[in-house]
Amino acid sequence: MNAVTHPMEDILRMDRMPHIWCPGCGIGTAVTAFAMALQKAEICLDKTAVVSGIGCSGRVAGYVKLDSFHTTHGRAIPFATGLKLANPELTVVVISGDGDLIAIGGNHFIHAARRNVDIKVFCINNFNYAMTGGQLAPTTPEPATTTTSPYGAFEHPFNLPFLAESSGAVYVARWTALHIRRLTKSMTEALSKKGFSFVEIIAPCPTLYSRRNRLGDGLDELKYYHDNSVIKHGLDTRELDIGYRKEIVMGKFVDKDRPTFIEALNDRFTQVFGDKYEQYGPQNANGN
Amino acid sequence: MKADPKGVLTGAHFLDGDHACAEGALAAGCRFFAGYPITPSTEVAERIALRFPLVGGIFIQMEDELASMAAVLGGAWGGKKSMTVTSGPGFSLMMENIGLAAMTETPCVIVNVQRGGPSTGLPTLPGQQDMMQARWGSHGDYEIIAVVPNSPQECFDVTIEAFNLSEEYRVPVMVMMDECVGHMTEKVVIPPAEEIEVFNRRLYDGPKQDYLPYAVDSDNGRVPLMANAGAGYRFHVTGLTHDERGYPAMNAEVQQECVTRLVDKVKLNTHAIARYEEEEVEEADIVLVAYGISSRVAMRALEMARADGIKIGLFRMITAWPFPEERIRQIAQHVNSFVMVELNLGQMVTELERCVAGAAKVHLAPHAGGWVHHPEDILQIISEATT
Ligand SMILES: Cc1ncc(C[n+]2csc(CCOP(=O)(O)OP(=O)(O)O)c2C)c(N)n1
Ligand code: SF4
Repeated sequence: MNAVTHPMEDILRMDRMPHIWCPGCGIGTAVTAFAMALQKAEICLDKTAVVSGIGCSGRVAGYVKLDSFHTTHGRAIPFATGLKLANPELTVVVISGDGDLIAIGGNHFIHAARRNVDIKVFCINNFNYAMTGGQLAPTTPEPATTTTSPYGAFEHPFNLPFLAESSGAVYVARWTALHIRRLTKSMTEALSKKGFSFVEIIAPCPTLYSRRNRLGDGLDELKYYHDNSVIKHGLDTRELDIGYRKEIVMGKFVDKDRPTFIEALNDRFTQVFGDKYEQYGPQNANGN
Repeated sequence: MKADPKGVLTGAHFLDGDHACAEGALAAGCRFFAGYPITPSTEVAERIALRFPLVGGIFIQMEDELASMAAVLGGAWGGKKSMTVTSGPGFSLMMENIGLAAMTETPCVIVNVQRGGPSTGLPTLPGQQDMMQARWGSHGDYEIIAVVPNSPQECFDVTIEAFNLSEEYRVPVMVMMDECVGHMTEKVVIPPAEEIEVFNRRLYDGPKQDYLPYAVDSDNGRVPLMANAGAGYRFHVTGLTHDERGYPAMNAEVQQECVTRLVDKVKLNTHAIARYEEEEVEEADIVLVAYGISSRVAMRALEMARADGIKIGLFRMITAWPFPEERIRQIAQHVNSFVMVELNLGQMVTELERCVAGAAKVHLAPHAGGWVHHPEDILQIISEATT
């Protein structure tokens, strides 16, 4: 008789379960979608790497059974850039939080998108800094309260799809943790897309964000997504601000092509050096 | 292993220290570079940018030094010998990820062409004021290796050594140049590739299910075998305190084991790592201790003192960290005093004092940076030390 195995045993580190995330947290859902996307995309798992920064979302790297790197706060993208450029054979995925990727790591985000480094960035946006106890994030809607905006946030939050597109991303989508099938599809597309691809995942943080703002538990947050989200594929990304408890517009907004960093580098050097130049790519990736 | 001839520019050249350092990296097999321009180190990056396309290397100018250092770690795990180059302000920005390199045992080389500080300080003028930052700049307990060349030729030589040590011990290795050495032009002889020894990282090649990324056994001492990303081992790497599997394990027992090994793998191999040069130390009453450009000025002071009949020697550090502690202790047994000559107001001298531990007198010839010592000023301190 075959022993019963978990359907994701090949992708998740079962020897590290139970994970650290709270009941009702949206990060686990994002991981499930990612695991399904890996299976759907049919890419070689041995050649897939995940890089995370620091945060609750930053713990994702620790639970995927792939080459996985839990780096420093904000630096997942430049680390991933180095990894991808040193070994172009790899599919390199960054999974981290909105604070990690867009606040402390914001500069790296826009530059990696500008260069069109071929990495996939999956950003889990729970509207606050959860790991450190629920502080103001660059995504916190006005006037939600957090521990460092006790009287309500008054800074204008980032619209992440707009930021990604205007910085040069070739694939941009947003879904909530409720829309797992569509989220999985976007992640699958992003995994097969060449170039800087960005998927924002709106996720509940019942323990901190919801509790503090008296929004109920994880299920209540999913109910909010259900009642207030609309799909508008291809919408101008300037229209994608998220107001406090207002409508969340989801969909795939950008899917275009332009040369990646390595393609552009190869084109340039071929123009300059002609036959003397050996194309940089998987064939010479692993020379020591 | 011998060097890959592709990167070796064999022949006699007239190069400054920055360019010689770049050639050393190429000869050592460096094929990944991420950096951000800063005086007086930029020439290293410029030469690498020029040379890399035809040797199969990948050069990227990052958006800042935080990104540069993070990318270097990614490059290393991607399987390439990786480096970055900077000076004081950029060095400060790199510190957090240097700690990540130490904690995750990522081989990498960081070149710091030192200028006068603190802050923006003296962008175009020399200093040796980052010597303690090199050792202690990131938080927590760890060890690094730092080398201190005093000529363009030595910039070439020790950069190769820096890569070899970083691969062998899986630690960040710092090439602590100074503006004078970086910008002085001298003859640099680059030997044929078959005469250049390079060390390539020891890779695990056993069964997948048995791989423990941070396990050490007697065969490889205190340095675990590495696997590059994409090799099929599907390992986890974290800056959190971790066990042999590379998994986070945040408790005092694992912390004790993990951090002690990070320190011991360098400290207990000091005899194999630390290099220095001595000039008539055995017969001396007084010994100058110096490194980088200051060692060349100290040599002049030594000649002047000798002409005055003083029995004086020179201990020139080629490795600053780990500090050549044992040898200093031996010398301290038979000399009356040491004089440390450095372009700062007292950094390596504190390490010298610690090791001498009262067995001889220790004096400092300080200099705040911006220029080198006047040999006469050193001579003055020497004569004070002899009375
Ligand atoms: C340099 C640095 N500064 C601050 C911290 C503390 N810190 C850890 S996680 C975090 C915020 C994480 O927020 P986010 O990326 O949104 O992830 P979440 O926990 O919400 O999933 C902060 C500020 C740190 N680890 N390193
Ligand atoms: S604190 Fe919030 S984000 Fe962190 S695990 Fe709990 S629910 Fe998830």
